[in-house]
Amino acid sequence: MKTNFRGRVHKYGDNVDTDVILPGKYLKEMDPQKLAQHALEGLDTEFVKKVKTGDFILAGKNFGCGSSREHAPIALRYSGIKAVLTPSFARIFYRNAIDGGHLIPIEIAVETYEQIADGDEIEIDLEKHIINNITQQKEYEIKAFPELILKILEAGNIFKYDQMK
Amino acid sequence: MRIIKVAANTSSISSIGSANVNIHFVEDDLILTSMTITEKILARASAKDQVSPGDVVFANVDKAMMHDVSGPGAKVVLDEVAKEKGEIKIWDPSRVWMAEDHFVPCSDVQAAGNMQTMEKMAKDWGITRYYRFGKGQHGICHTLATEEALVLPGEVFAGGDSHTNTAGAMGLFAVGLGHTDLAYVLLNGKIWFRVPETILFKIDGPMPAHSMAKDLILKIIGEIGVDGANYKTMQFAGSTVMEMEMDERLTLTNMSTEAGAKNGIIEPDAKVFEHIETRTQEKYTPVYGDKDCKYLDTLNFDGSKLEPMVARPFSPENVCPVREASDIEIDRAYIGSCTGAKITDLREAARILKGNKVKVRTEVLPAAHSIYKKALDEGLLKIFVEAGALIGPSTCGACCGAHMGVLGKNEICVSTTNRNFPGRMGHRESQTYLASPKTVAASAITGRITDPRDLSG
Repeated sequence: MKTNFRGRVHKYGDNVDTDVILPGKYLKEMDPQKLAQHALEGLDTEFVKKVKTGDFILAGKNFGCGSSREHAPIALRYSGIKAVLTPSFARIFYRNAIDGGHLIPIEIAVETYEQIADGDEIEIDLEKHIINNITQQKEYEIKAFPELILKILEAGNIFKYDQMK
Repeated sequence: MRIIKVAANTSSISSIGSANVNIHFVEDDLILTSMTITEKILARASAKDQVSPGDVVFANVDKAMMHDVSGPGAKVVLDEVAKEKGEIKIWDPSRVWMAEDHFVPCSDVQAAGNMQTMEKMAKDWGITRYYRFGKGQHGICHTLATEEALVLPGEVFAGGDSHTNTAGAMGLFAVGLGHTDLAYVLLNGKIWFRVPETILFKIDGPMPAHSMAKDLILKIIGEIGVDGANYKTMQFAGSTVMEMEMDERLTLTNMSTEAGAKNGIIEPDAKVFEHIETRTQEKYTPVYGDKDCKYLDTLNFDGSKLEPMVARPFSPENVCPVREASDIEIDRAYIGSCTGAKITDLREAARILKGNKVKVRTEVLPAAHSIYKKALDEGLLKIFVEAGALIGPSTCGACCGAHMGVLGKNEICVSTTNRNFPGRMGHRESQTYLASPKTVAASAITGRITDPRDLSG
């Protein structure tokens, strides 16, 4: 599994819910590319225009709260987002990100969230558990993954984890 | 006596050695650390004598549910699995049921296509409990779970929808999952869970006549916030809760989701058993927490002082007494969803609307066909129609912004539903105020947000 990722940060606030990540009217859609066209539409209509493959979302606490719709992490994944960094995830979004293999959910300290700015270029090192902020030349720690989560992450998704056992 | 395991009662290993330490003894002695109802259900389901908060277990699932959003999603995942494994079989079709509820009556050709996908899934996988729109009993999946007693006390119930928590009011571990996890359950009959810590909400005292369970859960979410119970169990107890009819208890567990809870749960009593008795012969074993079980926290509320509450846009935690929002003029009133269109909700709304006319566009969507019929038999629908309201079908409808009365730009709606995020019920600049069916009915009459106590006459 690749453990180093470099990209730009798109910064948002607390309690970003799955209704704004992917509004309910699109839930009939199953094509991930079409879902990606509406990623974060309820919060930032410019997001899909500015996001590039390999970018990150940086958000305040309780990211992904609300509906269980897996369409939300799928839309972010296919828009190009590699990982979401936040002080805390809502539980179903976290599960969906890991078990579906859609995004790397990275928990960080509140201070780290506050210090990284919108548009910063960062490099995430999952082995060393650090974020290197290239723009600001600063380094932050990331929280280690629980054992099972790390195994599923390494396998790719929960079905591949089963095959590896 | 031999100590075989020592575990901290918190997830932090550093608390070993403190007063929180649980000591697990060998089975011969039959002295195990006390457990909550949720811990006991998860221990049984994962074939363990003991689980503690923070443990990760693979639990056997007793029942699984999907609807027309999570079902087709799960099929996409299982089709991928089938490419590698060849034809797949689901673990136990008799434990799985399906409901068409989000985009029915089919809102467009794409929705109709998803229902056809559901039809094929039911046929290919041998799922016979398939609640189809306009074909006998149908409606919102969570309402069907309890209306039909499809889930029972002591069970593990995994559903492809975040409000699966609702059924926990019948004393089971009911939990919402995304469609990959749901697909995994369909294939394997089990799934991993981190055993949650439990927060006990103890509410005592006779609830005033103008208040409902919705006011109570809004008050609780207002106090603890939308992540106040993230990853945790919200267990409800106390005389206020146990005096409530099951319908009302369902409102509490339903909106435990809005505080981030993994599950909401209430220990089952005679009201639950009576409800089940008339609906199914299926056997079950009720589970109760040990008397001395440990809660992460116990929060006490005085049920006798409960006022009508409302959650302002754009979060279920923006809660204030209804009287503080009485200057808000509304465009729409919505009585619907798994939260606020059960028979008790319709009865209470009808009691207020009887003999009155609505001042704003008002919709009533009974949460299931059986509730629709009850409302018809009891004359409630006549009251709504005479008041000038529209009766809609049993569907999630505009609650999730799907269809059936979505909101336009800047429109303000007072609603018995569960979420008021930006764009939840339609345009991203529309506004939803969450309230009880009584408050929504009172507001429909005056055209502004109104405490039911303040209706003149």
